[in-house]
Amino acid sequence: MKAAPFPRPCPGEERLLHLDARSGRVDHTRLETLPSLLRPGDVLVVNDAATLPASLSGTARGEPIELRLAAAAEGGTWWAVLFGAGDWRLRTEDRPAPPRAQVGEVLRFGPLAARVEATSPLSPRLLLVRFDREGDALWAALYRIGRPVQYSYLGGDLSLEQVQTAFAGRPWAVEMPSAGRALPVSLLLGLARRGVALARLTHAAGLSATGDPALDEALPLPERYAIPAETVRTIGEARGRVVAVGTTVVRALEGNAAAHGRLVPGEGVTGLRLGPGSTLRVVGGLLTGLHEPGSSHHRLLTAFCPLPALEAAWRDAEGRGYLAHEFGDTALILAA
Amino acid sequence: MKLPGAAALVTGASRGLGAALAEELARRGARVVLVARGAAELEEVAGRIRAAGGEGHALADDVGAPGAAARLAGAATALVGDLDLLVHNASSLGPVPLRPLLETSGDDLARVLEVNLLGPFRLTRRLAGSMALRGEGVVVHVTSDAGREAYAGWGAYGVSKAALDHLARIWAAELEGTGVRFLTADPGEMDTRMHAEAMPEADRSSLADPAAVARALADLLEDDGWPSGARRELAAPGVAPARA
Repeated sequence: MKAAPFPRPCPGEERLLHLDARSGRVDHTRLETLPSLLRPGDVLVVNDAATLPASLSGTARGEPIELRLAAAAEGGTWWAVLFGAGDWRLRTEDRPAPPRAQVGEVLRFGPLAARVEATSPLSPRLLLVRFDREGDALWAALYRIGRPVQYSYLGGDLSLEQVQTAFAGRPWAVEMPSAGRALPVSLLLGLARRGVALARLTHAAGLSATGDPALDEALPLPERYAIPAETVRTIGEARGRVVAVGTTVVRALEGNAAAHGRLVPGEGVTGLRLGPGSTLRVVGGLLTGLHEPGSSHHRLLTAFCPLPALEAAWRDAEGRGYLAHEFGDTALILAA
Repeated sequence: MKLPGAAALVTGASRGLGAALAEELARRGARVVLVARGAAELEEVAGRIRAAGGEGHALADDVGAPGAAARLAGAATALVGDLDLLVHNASSLGPVPLRPLLETSGDDLARVLEVNLLGPFRLTRRLAGSMALRGEGVVVHVTSDAGREAYAGWGAYGVSKAALDHLARIWAAELEGTGVRFLTADPGEMDTRMHAEAMPEADRSSLADPAAVARALADLLEDDGWPSGARRELAAPGVAPARA
C-alpha cells in the first residue's frame, strides 16, 4: 500500500474501510460517514495526548546525532533512542550507527545539553538521559529546539502543528496518535448529537521504529496512560459498543483492565501486547490507520479480526488505491 | 469557573493588565503560565507570583509568530496540564505615535493583525478542541472600545480589536453547547505603558489601576454569569474613561 506523503486538506473526504469483524464483509466509504456506522449508545474513546517535538538534532563527541525522546522517566529523566548522522529522510534501518554512548557523557543540542545517566540492556542506543535544566526552562528549550519525529515516506518537513490531533491536550506522545488525526472536532460533535458518547484518555504513544532490530522487536515499550474517572463511568454505562480510536487507546484500556481485573480510573503504565486470540475485556471495535502487515500495530489488529479476513481487506484496500500510514486512510474494524 | 487549581495561560503578561491579571489569578489559586516577548520582565512577574506562594511559569515567546501556538500550547500544558482558562491579552498598537491610516503601511497593519488577531486565533484553534472534548473551558479576549468606535488615528489597532470581538462571537456560535465559553472583556482606559504610548498627554489620575481591573475580571470569571459570546466592560468604579 502506498503511503500518504503529507497531511491532506479535508479529513472528512479521506477513505474509510469498514470491516465487519464477524462476517469479514468489507464496505468502502468516506470518513465523514462514520456517524452512520456507529449507533446511539456506542462509546468512541480517543487518545488526547498532544505530540511532543521529540526529535533533537545535536552532537555527541563532535559527531552528528539525533536523539528521539521515547518516554518520560523518573525524576525528570527521559528514555531516548540515539540515532547516527542524518535525519528522518533516511529510513531508520538505513541510518548510520551512532557513536556508542557512555554513561556520564554529554549530548549537545545547541544551547541544550543532556547527560547520559544509563544505557538499557535492550540496546546500547536506548539511553536514560537528564537534561541540563528543568521546569519552565526545559519545556521552553524543548519546544524551541525539538522537531516532530518524522517518517522517511514523507514528501516534506512537518510542522509541530501538523502532528497534533484536533483535540490534543497534554503533550505525552512522542509520535502522533495518528488514528485520531483524521477526526475533526465537528465530526466528534456530530457523533455526540447522534447519541454516541465521547470519552478520552491520555496515552503516551511511543516510537514506532528505531532501526535497531533488537529494539524494534521490543516495541512498543511500556507506555504511561491516564484514564479519567468520567471515561470509566461512560464506558461502564455504555449500552452499545466501545470503539477505540487507535491502538494506543486499546492498550491503555485493556492494559488497565488486565492489571486491575476491571477498568479503574487513574494513571498507569502498560506493556500490554495484543495478538491473535487475546482477550478483549473492554474494547469491541477499533478505528485505525492502515499500517503494513508484520508491524506490531498490525499484530494488535488480529485481536479484533482473524488474520485471513484482515489480509483480504488490506489487499482489497490496496487495489482500490487506499493510502497507508500516519497521514493515510482509515479502517473501522467493528462487528455489526 | 473555579479558579483554585485551574490551569490558566495569560498572554502579554509581562506588564500592565496581563501582569496584574496573572498575579490576581495566581492569588486566587490558579496555576498560571505567563507569556510575553520580554523574558526578563516576564520572569520578574512569575518570580513575584512564586514569592507570594503562587504557581507561575514564564514562557517567553511572540504570540504573533507563526509557530508560537504549537510551542506555547505544548509547553504550557506540559507545565500545568489541560488548560481551563486562556486569556488573550497581548496586543500591539502598531507604530507609535499613533498615525492615520494614510500613514500606516500594509506591513504595519499586518503585524498588528498577527499579534492581536491571528495569534489569538491560532492559540484558541490549538486548544479549544481539547476544551470541547472535556466539555469545559473559558477563553477571554481582551478588547477595547477602539474596536467599536472609529477613533481617528487608531486604525490598525481598532480594526484588529473589531475583528477580535467578532472572532470571539463566531467561536461562541460554532462551539455552542460544548461547555466552552468565549468571552470578550473591555478593560477601559488603564494606567499602563501601552496607554502612555498611545496617549502620552493623558491625565494619569483619570486612568484605572490595572490591578483593580484585574480583580474585576477575576470576579466576573468566578461569577459564572457571563454567557459565551458576551462582551463586558470592566472599567473600575469611579473611573469614567474619557477619550481625548
